[in-house]
Amino acid sequence: MSPLLRLAKSSLGKKYLMAFTGFGLFGFVVMHMLGNLQVFLGPDAINKYAHFLKSTPELLWGARLGLLAMVTVHFCVGIALAIENMQARDQEYAVKRAVKATLASRTMVVSGLIVLSFIIYHLAHYTLLTIHPEYRNLHDDLGRHDVYRMIVLGFSSPSVVSFYVISVGLLCFHLSHGIGAMFQSLGLKNEAYVERIDCLAKIVAVGLFIGYISIPLAVQIGMVK
Amino acid sequence: MNVKLRVWRQAGPDTPGKFVEYEATGLNPNMSFLEMLDEVNEDITKRGEEPISFDHDCREGICGMCSCVINGEAHGPEYKVATCQTYMRSFQDGETITVEPFRAKAFPLIKDLIVNRSAFDRVIQAGGFISTSAGSAPDGNAIPVPKQDADAAMDAAACIGCGACVAACKNASAMLFVSAKVSHLNLLPQGKPEKDKRVLAMVQQMDAEGFGACTVTGSCEAVCPKGISLNFIAKMNRDYFGALLRAPSKAKAAHAD
Repeated sequence: MSPLLRLAKSSLGKKYLMAFTGFGLFGFVVMHMLGNLQVFLGPDAINKYAHFLKSTPELLWGARLGLLAMVTVHFCVGIALAIENMQARDQEYAVKRAVKATLASRTMVVSGLIVLSFIIYHLAHYTLLTIHPEYRNLHDDLGRHDVYRMIVLGFSSPSVVSFYVISVGLLCFHLSHGIGAMFQSLGLKNEAYVERIDCLAKIVAVGLFIGYISIPLAVQIGMVK
Repeated sequence: MNVKLRVWRQAGPDTPGKFVEYEATGLNPNMSFLEMLDEVNEDITKRGEEPISFDHDCREGICGMCSCVINGEAHGPEYKVATCQTYMRSFQDGETITVEPFRAKAFPLIKDLIVNRSAFDRVIQAGGFISTSAGSAPDGNAIPVPKQDADAAMDAAACIGCGACVAACKNASAMLFVSAKVSHLNLLPQGKPEKDKRVLAMVQQMDAEGFGACTVTGSCEAVCPKGISLNFIAKMNRDYFGALLRAPSKAKAAHAD
């Protein structure tokens, strides 16, 4: 069997694909947060950043297509694995006990699917602007798209904010297990690193959660307006 | 002490099974779980009924024959022991104990609490060996083995192949077993020449048997009677990755011969 075929067909190969795409998507989640946090530097900083991204389509579309490919692979391979895993036990236990397994590790499929539905909503909300087409007409004094105002308007609704906080919470919950598991699947763990990696995964997940939710909460309490 | 048992009874692979309740009375708390089942079977036999079938052999925790999921935990509530070394003192007087067979598609049920674990044998047959001419034992230090490697290989070789890892895993994955068997040979100089071939073949057989994939929940490591570490799974992932990358050039070289 060729290595590529093994990569696609074997359970270990599928886990490599999950880890590689998961790593790429994790990298995006970090970069996206850093980009978003510029909202605290004022309208000029974030509008300039958004204008920079939009005015370099080579970069923007490269990133978008890359992300789309990674999400697609992560989703399809994840579903394939979930089906195989379910089929591996045809009769369930009468008494189910999850020994040692954390809730995050047992609910990766569920948290992943909810996060996917959030991503679709989030793209419709802030990228495609299908939910609020009027955001398209927001421009700052320099004629750039006023992303700052769009964020403030978007997060002024408490229901949008609560959905956002729950979804980002689930994403970080997914990552609290996923980051560590990614190292395990690629064989990048051993006795010396295992505890540090698992601990760091949880710290990073909490850090991302705080970073992301700080923006809608700042809008809600009127710090960003 | 007295306990109430809820035991899975199933006459054969194709007949439907169900839980049957039994009273186990006048037990010594220092009896092993299997000795308790022996007592219950005595009573059942005296009543002229079919005794509960369960797997067992050495009863000292080294053969890997005993199984059972007791109250939802493979090998019962104790840490790093098999069912034969689980004692009745680990349970409460008057407790209801649910006893089920290991559940996995790759471990088809034979009868009551006995499942067929031949899938493990076929994984071993796929590559869990060293192809070398058997002769007299070599001199002690003829092949240098670093102490750390010898220790790690020994830790992996402690696997008794009981299948508790599969029973406890939410995906019925055999990764802990296969990684222990791959690692204990791959770590040693005698196993190195066939390292890549071994890991590719054993993983392929593992998948063919219908075991699930690894979600890194750690349940396997927690129930393992020999405390096999999750780190062996990481090592197997590493070995498999290397083997995948090296496979084309090895195939090309073999073709040139």
